[in-house]
Amino acid sequence: MEKSLEQFNIVIVGTGGQGLITLLQILAEAALIEGYDIRTSELHGLSQRGGSVEVHIRFGKEIYSPLVAQGGADLILALEIQESLKGVYFANENTTFLINKFFIPILGEKLLNEEEILKELKKISKNHVLIPAADICEKELGSNVVAGVYLLSYASFKKIIPLKPNSILKAIQKIVPKKHYDLNKKTFELAKKYEKN
Amino acid sequence: MFENILEKENKKVILLGNEAIVRGALEAGVQFVSTYPGTPASEIGNSFYQIQNSKDEIKGLYFEFSVNEKVAMEAAGGASFCGLRSLVAMKNFGLNVASDFLLPLVYSGVKGGMVILSADDPSCHSSAQSEENTRAFAALAHIPILEPSTPQECKDFVKFAFDLSEKFEIPIMVRETTRVAHQSAPVKLSVISDQLSKKGKFVKDHKKFVTMPPRVLEMHQELLEKIEKIREFSENSKINSIFGNPTSSKLGIITSGVSYLYVKEALKELNLDIPVLKLGFFNPLPEEKIKKFIGPSAGGLIKVLIVEELEPYLENEVNKLAKEVNCDLRVIGKDSVPEVGELKPEIVIQVIAEFTGKKYKIQDTKYKIHGAKRHPQLCPGCPYWFVFNGVKKAAKDMDVIFGGDIGCYMLAGFSPHNIQDYLYCMGSSIGIAHGIKKAAPPAGGQKLITFIGDSTFFHSGIPALINTVFNKSNPLIIIMNNSTTAMTGHQPHPSAPAEPDGIEIENIVKACGVKNLKTIDPAKQKEFIQTVQKFLKKDEVSIIIARHPCIFLKKKK
Ligand SMILES: Cc1ncc(C[n+]2csc(CCOP(=O)(O)OP(=O)(O)O)c2C)c(N)n1
Ligand code: SF4
Repeated sequence: MEKSLEQFNIVIVGTGGQGLITLLQILAEAALIEGYDIRTSELHGLSQRGGSVEVHIRFGKEIYSPLVAQGGADLILALEIQESLKGVYFANENTTFLINKFFIPILGEKLLNEEEILKELKKISKNHVLIPAADICEKELGSNVVAGVYLLSYASFKKIIPLKPNSILKAIQKIVPKKHYDLNKKTFELAKKYEKN
Repeated sequence: MFENILEKENKKVILLGNEAIVRGALEAGVQFVSTYPGTPASEIGNSFYQIQNSKDEIKGLYFEFSVNEKVAMEAAGGASFCGLRSLVAMKNFGLNVASDFLLPLVYSGVKGGMVILSADDPSCHSSAQSEENTRAFAALAHIPILEPSTPQECKDFVKFAFDLSEKFEIPIMVRETTRVAHQSAPVKLSVISDQLSKKGKFVKDHKKFVTMPPRVLEMHQELLEKIEKIREFSENSKINSIFGNPTSSKLGIITSGVSYLYVKEALKELNLDIPVLKLGFFNPLPEEKIKKFIGPSAGGLIKVLIVEELEPYLENEVNKLAKEVNCDLRVIGKDSVPEVGELKPEIVIQVIAEFTGKKYKIQDTKYKIHGAKRHPQLCPGCPYWFVFNGVKKAAKDMDVIFGGDIGCYMLAGFSPHNIQDYLYCMGSSIGIAHGIKKAAPPAGGQKLITFIGDSTFFHSGIPALINTVFNKSNPLIIIMNNSTTAMTGHQPHPSAPAEPDGIEIENIVKACGVKNLKTIDPAKQKEFIQTVQKFLKKDEVSIIIARHPCIFLKKKK
């Protein structure tokens, strides 16, 4: 059990209904398996109905605040590309943006396109990884609801998140309802395959 | 997650603050739990509901979703009078509804341990209405209040609160805020109590349970004395404790709840070693402990920083105590800590840097960019789309005021609907409608349509409806009968289909004397629009029960 890690701070952004809280639970469980102290902060209620949602998780040797501080994120995981802009508040020049290349339109609003968004993000940090997770999952598994789990697994294989893939898989098994476990396990394995490409 | 709540003792599991509250109550042997849902307290009731309906059902534990918070608290009070341990949970606004009972309850005191859980929502993440701070009830109702910071403390404080409540025969309030209630972290578990075979018995004692004068004045006096005894207890309690060496510094910090976590984080980040007094008791405050912390025996603090969210209740108390022991002490609070909105780690770190004269570079925000705003929306397929569209069409060329109430349907106030001209608190739409209709000239004047959810109607709409009939005004009230308490997580209510002995809204409305009444599925737009138009012409109050289930109910089937 390696415990040298001081702290690792993740902000997950997306929209209500994209399963952010499940991802948070998987991460927390995986961090517990590795013996870390953990704090998360989630929001319930009105914000869930398709509005912008942002949840936080921090783990490490000794953690106090459940919220990541402004500019304090090591990783911003965006489940929707527009929403990655909401993560900027928590970013610094070393922050990694891991982004699902997936658009959810907003009624009556003109949105920035991919290029414009990346241009904005580059002003803060050069590290972004844009992955068509929703498309990959749709094509290979016939469902894009697991895009988040795909990104999470991918991040752990790529060592973007300092948690072992095996811990993530164990956490998935604990958190995801039994009837969805097969699909999620396949998602995890798919991420492993793509990570090698 | 839910399954973790019932895990074996000695295990360390991840729990949400609210789940830890549930676990704490189970470890304490709670036998009666009541609630009315409200975020950020909803998961407490939801978890008990889930336990009740699962294979892990706990024998000897009763749970109910009550019709509103006042009734919930009264029921929990009744159970406690019979000697059972009871828990009642609600969001901050619920405490206002229940407060008429709360005050005499604290006077009389309880028998079985009784814990009142109240959850505040600074920054209104999941609340309309106000940024209410329920600490105010310490002064109003004299109720003891504990403030946990973490899920571990949520569990431990609830257990402690039950013991305290029984020891002093007084209800104890545990106050959470959103960032405590919806924070998760590892929690070390103890044994779930299996002492649930106790049967309640009401032992008559009118000196205790009848709050009439002149006895009630004696009760007031006894209460004040009881609070002083609890204060002594609070002085020696470990849940008020000092971190760091108090004699090592001319500076000190006093804090509680989630603010304590931000303080610890900031001290770590700034590499500072300043003594911190963390208060688990907000009421009664351990005054001697505070005086010792700020007074000469601690080496004479020059400045003390009070880190608290919302109103400066703690700051005011510390100011009073400082006058007794350290007149020169500078008490810094709301002149540097914001009073509106919740605190965040970056705010507290700046405040502490300033307080200690340390340089701290604030994160550069020059690249503040604006993503498009994504408002919450009605779900695709939500029945309310039909109601709002229909009403807009029906009222197209008329001067109509639109009343709002609390629930998913308050999204009427956002685009693309934009039909919400007032919004206050649960049930208020009808009372306000009556006042407006009385004030506005009757003939040719403004029309009024108001929306009220079915759960809200049961909660507090019924007395207002009776008033409207009795005192004669003519708003059109549309009851949004989606058969669930949707906004807070789809809890059942008295006319929900899951309730076999449910109560028909029609029967209530008829019994109130309403003559213009029609139940319509708003998906039948033509009929719906015609009825709205017809009812807007009436001289008496009219009601449309717009009946169409929330899409989440269909999914469950
Ligand atoms: C006194 C009080 N208690 C609880 C709440 C939390 N709350 C907000 S919306 C809501 C549910 C309302 O349900 P319903 O009226 O059926 O409307 P729906 O959400 O189903 O549209 C509740 C309980 C509150 N705002 N005030
Ligand atoms: S939860 Fe139900 S009532 Fe609320 S917006 Fe969705 S469909 Fe409508």
